[in-house]
Amino acid sequence: MTNGAKIVLECLAREKVECIFGYPGGVTLPLYDALYDSPIRHVLVRHEQNACFAAEGWARATGRVGVCCATSGPGATNLVTGLVDAMMDSIPIVAITGQVSTRLIGSDAFQEADTFGITRSCTKHNFLVKTLADLPQAIHEAFHIAATGRPGPVLVDIPKDVLQAQGRYAPVSSIHLPGYKVFTEGHAGQIRRAAQMIWEARRPFVYAGGGIVAAEASEELRAFVERIDAPAVCTLMGLGALAGTHPNFVSMPGMHGSYAANMGMSEADLLIALGTRFDDRVTGKLSAFAPHAKVIHVDIDPAEIGKNRAADLPVVGDVKRVLKKLNQALDDLAELKPLNEQARAAWRDRVKEWKREHPLEPEFSGDEIKPQHLVSELDRISGGEAILASDVGQHQMWAAQLMRFNHPRLWLNSGGLGSMGFGLPAAIGAQLARPDSLVFALVGDGGFQMSIPELATIANERLPIKIIVMNNGYLGMVRQWQTLFYNNRLSQVTLDGFPDVEKLAGAYGFTGRTLEHPRELRSALRECVDQPGPYLLNVRVTPFENVYPMVPAGAAIHEMVLAPPQPLEVA
Amino acid sequence: MLQLISLLMENKPGALMRVTGLLTARGYNIESLTVARTLDPELSRMSIVVEIEPQQRAQLIKQMNKLINVLQASDLTEAPAVRRELALVRVRVERENRAVILKEAEIFGARPVDSSLEGFALEVTGDPEKIDEFMSVMGAYGEIEVTRSGLVAVSLEAKKLRLAPPVFKEEGVPQNA
Repeated sequence: MTNGAKIVLECLAREKVECIFGYPGGVTLPLYDALYDSPIRHVLVRHEQNACFAAEGWARATGRVGVCCATSGPGATNLVTGLVDAMMDSIPIVAITGQVSTRLIGSDAFQEADTFGITRSCTKHNFLVKTLADLPQAIHEAFHIAATGRPGPVLVDIPKDVLQAQGRYAPVSSIHLPGYKVFTEGHAGQIRRAAQMIWEARRPFVYAGGGIVAAEASEELRAFVERIDAPAVCTLMGLGALAGTHPNFVSMPGMHGSYAANMGMSEADLLIALGTRFDDRVTGKLSAFAPHAKVIHVDIDPAEIGKNRAADLPVVGDVKRVLKKLNQALDDLAELKPLNEQARAAWRDRVKEWKREHPLEPEFSGDEIKPQHLVSELDRISGGEAILASDVGQHQMWAAQLMRFNHPRLWLNSGGLGSMGFGLPAAIGAQLARPDSLVFALVGDGGFQMSIPELATIANERLPIKIIVMNNGYLGMVRQWQTLFYNNRLSQVTLDGFPDVEKLAGAYGFTGRTLEHPRELRSALRECVDQPGPYLLNVRVTPFENVYPMVPAGAAIHEMVLAPPQPLEVA
Repeated sequence: MLQLISLLMENKPGALMRVTGLLTARGYNIESLTVARTLDPELSRMSIVVEIEPQQRAQLIKQMNKLINVLQASDLTEAPAVRRELALVRVRVERENRAVILKEAEIFGARPVDSSLEGFALEVTGDPEKIDEFMSVMGAYGEIEVTRSGLVAVSLEAKKLRLAPPVFKEEGVPQNA
């Protein structure tokens, strides 16, 4: 006989799980006892939130379901931020939580929390497993739901007595969720009409999002963009979906998007939205967004169609399959009638002109390291091939603007939720999933201090993560808004007391170094990458640099501010 | 504006919470909600009346249809449907008014389900307007206490129910088979 805990691990093995990120506790004791003999790797993080972020890092880097595990009560509540993060960015996660024994549920037992209720809105779906008989079905269903359709986090809450109950794994031969309808194929007539619209458009503009990454549709996207030879933007979640060096790639659009990206959106007569959701950070003032454009919207989630912007032509389906068919339909059209090459060429030239007028360019300075300079050196050393797990804030935006990713799943960031403290644990997950890849964690001094405990995980697991702290001594993005919109009254954004990184990294047994001069930047990055093992590089950057272009809140995206209004001084 | 949504859902713990959670997360107030088993005991039928702007309705129904436990959410606000509500009314009346009350009840098709010296308990069904009217008439005769069921509705159109087929798992093959 085996028990519930062993059945959980049997289910995970059958789902081909290699690695779990977790933290043990009272009610998960049976599970951890079973793990003692299991071939599944368990990575002990230092906080449950980071277990979920690390599982996300794994999932984002591989496209496979990331798994995290926590005990009841505080363990489960600590997962919440990570679950919402995965929900917002459509990342497949299965979270396993322990629960107090069934007879104690509802009695305010020690470490009891209503995990099922609390995580209802943080997950794509969740389960409270009350009998051993339901356990394998629930776990396999969780993996199925997490990975299919629009991916997302699923939580399985398992009481201790269910983990302890004696029984055998009963194989699950099928999953039947009659209410879980996933539309993958795309309506053939709609796709034909989309091809027609694209063919007739004079100023088509491709707006590709994280859905391309989730659907592994990069190749189809490239073929599509080249087929119609239109300018294309990738959203924050979609960076790398089209190579950053591709001639048709413009940049990221939106609040900190480039001039060309936002003007392109604003002047296009056809917006081809692929696996993207017209997020407010992309559209700016919605009523003024892409005012001249008809919209083709391809998404696997029918609820995204028309949610923010009405679609003139919706296609519900898996963007990979839809793009394949769309490319075919375009080939068929090409045989029937010629493209309006003249209009298209004029449009391409116009976008190129915008790019020339206001390029996204790194800034260099004499005595201090400009943050953009740091990012451009990081881009140089990455060569478009390294994984970059970013935290949240100014450094994230500069990286999104200036890094060029040759492939999807290299750029890992918390897009929708914007969770500070994401970068370092996400890098842990990514490095474990991709042991041979060069993995950078680019973090601000704020977010880094939220995840310092995970330096122990990095040291224990001997992960050769290169941690780059872009250190301006401030919560830079909040300060930017205080400067621009709150009369430069800097309230609670100064981060004094940053630790000595040599001592800090040294305490964990690896190298740390602080860098202040631009001259040393390139060689220091080289040393950081070349030295085996983890490395903590603290880069002191110009403190008062702000991210531009910037679309002020509530403005239309073509009304972006391109440079600081006046030289800024701090009171 | 009040919108009427009918849902067919799995009769499982938490299913109700998922639906109401969608509404409360958006700050919508539920005017009434009824839920009970269907002919198939594994399924429930829910009727919800909710106060939202008409343009938000389509998005809300799409979100409901996304819920794994929901088989079908349909908008009955403007669709051909029969809508009924049941109310139980306890009315205290003076002896001399007892006959009049019963006469009034008859006009509304209400019937007494309990009678005592103090008054009656009456049961009435109808559309909400009719019930409102009945309440105001009864209220004119004396002190009343009311429990309303909330709206239940049945669509008059045959709507095809599209369900997801089972997915077979390769791993599910018994190990020792």
